[in-house]
Amino acid sequence: MPIRLAMLALFRHPARTLLALLGIAVSAALLLDMVMLASGMRENFRGFLMLRGYQLRVAPKGTLPFDSDATIDSAATLVAAISRLQGVTAVSPVLGAQVQATTAGDSTVTAFTLGIYPDVQGDYEMVRGDDVTDSTSVVANERWLAVTKHALGDTVTLAVGFDPQLRTVTGERRFVVRGVARFHYIAATQPTLGMLLPVLQQLGGSERRDRASLIMVKAADDADAEAVRTRIAGISTRISAISLEGATEAVEQRLGYFKQLALVLGSISLGVGVLLVTTLITIGVNERAGEIAVLRAIGVAKGSIVGQVVMEGIVLTGVGALSGIGIGLVTAQWLEKILSDFPGLPTTFRFFVFQPRDAGVALAMLAAAGMLAGIYPAWRAASLPIAGTLRREAVA
Amino acid sequence: MNAIVEARGLARDYSMGSGAVHALRGVSFDVQPGEFVAIVGPSGCGKSTLLNLLGAVDTADAGSLTIAGERIDRLSDRDATAFRLRRIGFVFQRFYLMPALSAAENVELPMAEARIARDERRARVQELLGYVGLAARSGHRPSQLSGGEQQRVAIARALANRPALLLADEPTGELDAATGLEMIDLFRRLNADGTTIVVVTHDAQMAAAAGRRIQMRDGAIVHGDDA
Repeated sequence: MPIRLAMLALFRHPARTLLALLGIAVSAALLLDMVMLASGMRENFRGFLMLRGYQLRVAPKGTLPFDSDATIDSAATLVAAISRLQGVTAVSPVLGAQVQATTAGDSTVTAFTLGIYPDVQGDYEMVRGDDVTDSTSVVANERWLAVTKHALGDTVTLAVGFDPQLRTVTGERRFVVRGVARFHYIAATQPTLGMLLPVLQQLGGSERRDRASLIMVKAADDADAEAVRTRIAGISTRISAISLEGATEAVEQRLGYFKQLALVLGSISLGVGVLLVTTLITIGVNERAGEIAVLRAIGVAKGSIVGQVVMEGIVLTGVGALSGIGIGLVTAQWLEKILSDFPGLPTTFRFFVFQPRDAGVALAMLAAAGMLAGIYPAWRAASLPIAGTLRREAVA
Repeated sequence: MNAIVEARGLARDYSMGSGAVHALRGVSFDVQPGEFVAIVGPSGCGKSTLLNLLGAVDTADAGSLTIAGERIDRLSDRDATAFRLRRIGFVFQRFYLMPALSAAENVELPMAEARIARDERRARVQELLGYVGLAARSGHRPSQLSGGEQQRVAIARALANRPALLLADEPTGELDAATGLEMIDLFRRLNADGTTIVVVTHDAQMAAAAGRRIQMRDGAIVHGDDA
């Protein structure tokens, strides 16, 4: 009966209740978005690193992959040593370098270029055309084709060591654009190329001979990735072996700002939701003071009154929160679009990742908030002096 | 036979501004089982205060009060609530039905609170609504009922848990003369069927229908005190 009375009390003023539900739904949507943002980045980053199944990254000592221009020397020896380790199934060395290309209009465009081995690379996927096969072929992303005004099949001149003062380059070679690729870890706005690792090392001259910026390592499914990481770290003191957890932690530290922002906004939305529900239910309790006094007079226990009022808060918050999930998912898409336009973000990176667990966390927090919101009005309702309230009602 | 109500030296003061209002000044009286007692007197004489004490919704500052063999003047809030639920039936001047519930649900409410089994509750609701002549109106909301019908539902609700004492505060106060007479007949019938009734009223006909009148003035009984 208290539950039924709670429902009926809520729908006594349908317009008011509907407006409150809308307010709670908006709060719930914001809360869900913030929970998705806070935990989504971490989850997304893990998936992002695992796109091609490489659990481990080897970078120059004290750096994160492509964190600086630092490179690993004697890369071939190191790759061979890592390949021999127990539990390692694939090793993919990568070198990054700035490469200049002459556009169709004879100007120069700087492209970030990855030197890879196509059979083990984990940095891109082909969109069309062919992968790099020999020392004269490259793959490019759409952005590079757009800014250089070249097309698939064009022969282009690439060089490194560009001197902007003299407008000269130190090495120059001709390549054929064999394919178009989407680079996972590089912003879509960044013109990018891919070519064979030895070719890029050669193009870079002595400065890049036998060097790699990063070595990606795949551990066997049945191998302990952490044990493999320890073994790799033991090969050389010049390298850092980073596990998925380590990389995620490092990125999390860097993205702590987003988490803090999410926490603050989420807390605010929760607070607003609590105040909204408390206000609405308190108004309802004040309006029904006479009824509540009568219920107490005929023997309805304080606990039943408290249960009824708290139930109003939970129902109001629950229904509002469920509606808020839909709104939250729509706004998350919209916010994702805004954030993904941030310069320098990889194309595959997502800020908002929906996980049923997130919705569950948001719903649980709101249910607790609804209960909290009902406590003050419930206490007021249960504390009403019966005789005094009935006397006031009779006079009114 | 033990009295249903044994009131001894009941006093109740209210603080108001700088001073205190002495609503009851040492009221003593008994009500025997099966009696129909009307408490009468001018406004502000303490009738409703006395009724509130009898109904355990207020507590006396002094004196003792025993209802159906139980001292209720020092009950905890929880015990007083349980006592009201099982031993007291309340009828108010303004009916005070729950507007969102049907007549049947209003009558069922105290039984649900008393954890009476659903089937038993439903049967009792039909019995009570039949008794007050509203069996055909059980599904109606209070807003769909006349004042007299609402008061009948309120009486049925008051009788739901078979109380030892039925208390009524101006039960004809909101009714027209003809409906008031019907209500008086209903109270007579209830009393004839064994219900002990204490009614506070300004209505001379209601007072005349009672077997005994307690006249109050300035917080004290001036006539009808048999304690």
